[in-house]
Amino acid sequence: MDKMLLTRWFWLILFLPFVFAGIRVAQVVWYDASALGPDPAQNLVDLFGTIALWFLCAVLFVTPVQTVIKTRWLLRQRRALGVACFAYALLHWLSYAGLLLEWQWQNLGQDLLNRPYIIVGFLAGLMLAVLAGTSNNTSVRALGLRWRILHRLVYPAALLILIHMFWVARSDYTEVVLYTAVVLLLLLHRWRQRVKPA
Amino acid sequence: MKAPVGSKLTERDVTPEAVYLNRRQYLKASAVGAAALLAPTLKASESAYGTDSAPLWLKSQNKQASPSPFSTTEKLTPYEYVTGYNNFYEFGTGKDDPEKYGQDFKPHPWQVTVSGLAEGTGTFDLEDLLKGLEVEERIYRLRCVEAWSMVIPWLGVPMAALLQRLKPLSSARYVAFETVYRPEEMPGQSSFFAAIDYPYIEGLRMDEAMHPLTLMATGVYGRSLPNQNGAPLRLVVPWKYGFKSIKSIRKITFTDRQPQTTWEKSNAREYGFYANVNPAVDHPRWRQSEERRLPSALFASNRVPTLPFNGYAESVAGLYQGMDLRKYY
Repeated sequence: MDKMLLTRWFWLILFLPFVFAGIRVAQVVWYDASALGPDPAQNLVDLFGTIALWFLCAVLFVTPVQTVIKTRWLLRQRRALGVACFAYALLHWLSYAGLLLEWQWQNLGQDLLNRPYIIVGFLAGLMLAVLAGTSNNTSVRALGLRWRILHRLVYPAALLILIHMFWVARSDYTEVVLYTAVVLLLLLHRWRQRVKPA
Repeated sequence: MKAPVGSKLTERDVTPEAVYLNRRQYLKASAVGAAALLAPTLKASESAYGTDSAPLWLKSQNKQASPSPFSTTEKLTPYEYVTGYNNFYEFGTGKDDPEKYGQDFKPHPWQVTVSGLAEGTGTFDLEDLLKGLEVEERIYRLRCVEAWSMVIPWLGVPMAALLQRLKPLSSARYVAFETVYRPEEMPGQSSFFAAIDYPYIEGLRMDEAMHPLTLMATGVYGRSLPNQNGAPLRLVVPWKYGFKSIKSIRKITFTDRQPQTTWEKSNAREYGFYANVNPAVDHPRWRQSEERRLPSALFASNRVPTLPFNGYAESVAGLYQGMDLRKYY
């Protein structure tokens, strides 16, 4: 396929979950109040969190996939995947703070100080923000080698997100175990690549 | 009204309170017009609330339900949410799993095995167990430990009436309940990564079980219980977090020892035996001081303050006099 066309389709995918959520929200507001169930805010928080995690996994998948199919194209899209991950993580936090807690700053602060799963989730969010904020060409050039080191933050961020999920779960660990397996496999792959003699 | 059997309180402590609540609720109900209030749920046509495939005897017993002075006048949570947004992990952990995966469950015929410290032990057909007991409609608040709540019109028999029929011995201090174990009909029971053990076990102190508010539910919204709500027989203890109200009860055991409940076994730090609704004691992971009354809207989450004992303190706080509710959460 034409690379330009491929890239366009790819960008569409990044926005697809957002469009999906947007349609549901529009449905709730103008058409059918039950479109997102009886607890719509909680529903959106979960939805955006899951999508952010998918994009994080996608980012981590780029390197291994790229070694197999040998294309520079995928590598160039990694930045967009990473920014999408941050954008959905931000929506996750916005719907938690704005819709679920309705900007009760005192409770938001209390939770941030006292609830371990919120602390690790927030830390991971900050890391993603740093990564997204330094994802432009100017930063890449300005930071040079340090940029590569800085962007290894994606690994601790991924681990914190998994801990966040483990601590949120009430009894069913199926989902988080599966995601952990995926992320650990990807990290293991990285590590093996690194220790291999050049 | 009978004083709760096995209560640690004297008659003088408990009876006036219960009678007081009784009278007060009657006054409140008649002021608004009890008939007008209860009519919409009781007279609801069956078709509006799904297919009721319960046997005829149960349907007719449920149909004769009388209104209860214990009912709240708050706005009901719609039927579609009461039956479509459930925690019933035996059918899966998603809120819509019980409705989706509960349809293969066969709640009839149903038997209940009674054992332990009682004269009336044995295995009984549900019909015989309930025969002659008067079903009431009770509109209760239900507060989930996850900080959301609903208002639900249950049908059921007072637990005290049912338990008295089983003639518990005076040595019985607790009653344990057990959910049916049928992994072939309940996919969640064989989930590999589930952190809880099945069959599900819950329990109450005898005085809690015999309290007039404690209900053995047989229906909801004027019909028999749908599978996802715990057909055919479930507990409803309105002043405790929802997980205490065990569903699809297959066994009742009278005992002199505090039963170890499923959630205690799974995570004792987060879920205690008492599980009384208490805004002052947070869940280790989230605040319990308020709740989202469902349905909540996207831009108005309908948060309401959580009340001690879920608003039933007036009639049940006496059961816990002198107890440190931080320790016995």
